[in-house]
Amino acid sequence: MSLPKFSPAARAVLATVALTALAGVAQADTLKKIKDSGSISLGVRESSGLSYTLGNGKYVGFHTEMAERVIADLQKQLGLAKLEVKYQPVTSQNRIPLVQNGTVDLECGSTTNNATRQKDVSFAMTTYVEEVRIAVKANSGITGIAQLNGKSVATTTGTTSVQTLRKHEKATGVDFKEVFGKDHADSFLLLESGRADAFVMDGSILAANIAKSKAPADFKIVGEVLSVEPIACMLRKDDAAFKKAVDTSIQGMVKSGELAKLYDKWFMQPIPPANAKIGLPLSDATKAAWANPNDRPMEDYAKK
Amino acid sequence: MATWDWQVFCKNTIDGDVVPRCFGSGGDITYLDWMLSAWGWTLSVALLALVVALLVGSLMGILRTTPSRLLVGIGNVWTELFRNIPLLVQIFLWYHVLPALVPPLKGVPSFVLVVLGLGFFTSARIAEQVRAGIESLPRGQRYAGLAMGLTLAQTYRYVLLPRAFRIVIPPLTSESMNIIKNSSVAFAVSIAELTQFAMQAQEETSRGIEIYLAVTGLYFVSAFTINRIAHFIEQRVQVPGMLGGGK
Repeated sequence: MSLPKFSPAARAVLATVALTALAGVAQADTLKKIKDSGSISLGVRESSGLSYTLGNGKYVGFHTEMAERVIADLQKQLGLAKLEVKYQPVTSQNRIPLVQNGTVDLECGSTTNNATRQKDVSFAMTTYVEEVRIAVKANSGITGIAQLNGKSVATTTGTTSVQTLRKHEKATGVDFKEVFGKDHADSFLLLESGRADAFVMDGSILAANIAKSKAPADFKIVGEVLSVEPIACMLRKDDAAFKKAVDTSIQGMVKSGELAKLYDKWFMQPIPPANAKIGLPLSDATKAAWANPNDRPMEDYAKK
Repeated sequence: MATWDWQVFCKNTIDGDVVPRCFGSGGDITYLDWMLSAWGWTLSVALLALVVALLVGSLMGILRTTPSRLLVGIGNVWTELFRNIPLLVQIFLWYHVLPALVPPLKGVPSFVLVVLGLGFFTSARIAEQVRAGIESLPRGQRYAGLAMGLTLAQTYRYVLLPRAFRIVIPPLTSESMNIIKNSSVAFAVSIAELTQFAMQAQEETSRGIEIYLAVTGLYFVSAFTINRIAHFIEQRVQVPGMLGGGK
């Protein structure tokens, strides 16, 4: 059976409707729900650096594979002979309502842990720290945000990078023209076709787009880290037992070095579908998050 | 769960603090300011594209009813070209593909490109309606005009078009309303219009329900205003005994 495809806008509306309809049914005891139903609903993304689809309902990526190992640990803990994983693709628009209303039990995509979201949902321990960077054409001579004065800067609608850019513009007095791509592929095309002089986005997304481009050598990632965003799996609020189970599993993977191996597999080795290497070495910020497990929101990182 | 937070529109877009009076000052903007600016972009794109569409569409529609085979051919090619390619693809062609082939187009702002793209797309539909309107008139009307010594242009000006346009006001109204709704494609070429605002603001504030409702309301108000204006025109130009505008 093939499921109907909806546009992100339509999904947002559907999510809204579902949210209102199901709000009363949502339960906070996820472990019991998983045990009773013998299945867990895992929120995945269709095209992000950490979780993406290969088509035909197959989902892969660093965070997806990590989530699958977390789920294997949950199965052990609950003593279930069989635990079915239901993959539920989510978008930036509907991921929070879907976690709140119980459609998704655990969302491991590329969700930034920030204070606004912590009012609605909980986050597992930070497993990846995203650094917002600048990608430019290699021959542009641009080396940092200061050289962007009077230039066009592309970023993707519906991301936190738009806010980051706006704050930087205000703080540094650098005056640039913002152009918005409707998705990452669009934003990269703006850079590639010369409509924009730079593309400001999460480092992993920039690296992945460059790796997939026709001429990867024509582009480079330059300049300072514009913002640091802790990325973590999202789960329902006020479900301490479930959060503890997920966190324990993640901590176990950090200690055993399994998480580092997964990182190497998805960021340093050729990955499907194109067998291209992203080539983004483990950052100091991510290393620090693994060394000191925490679920602090982005705002705490900024203060440091 | 359905807790509303309409204060979200009074929040400053830089730090998310609620601002008194809901409007930003000193270079800061609130989500309300931003939404109104986005509405302005939506209306600018739509109304300018509507002017392009009505002018070019009427011209092409008229060409298709002239006795000249060359002019009919031009009108037909125009109509079929712009009618058979999806709007989003056309906008993409204008923005990314044509400038690659014709480098001077790179300097043209995306606003102009999207106005032309949306205008030409709609002009093909209007051309078809205008042609149908003119062809629905009895042939004798054209011959009568010519027999009275009017030139072909004068026959169109004084006999055919005044009647044909009255007949096609209802479908033209629909096209005019469509152009407001279709203007959301401008989002695809980096115009900061309402759809773009909705996607971005909901991500920043997590108050998607309030934001989508407000944006939906603005689209409705815009399209419905066009509808009322068209209705007013229809009533004003009504001629007793003729088709259109009847009660």
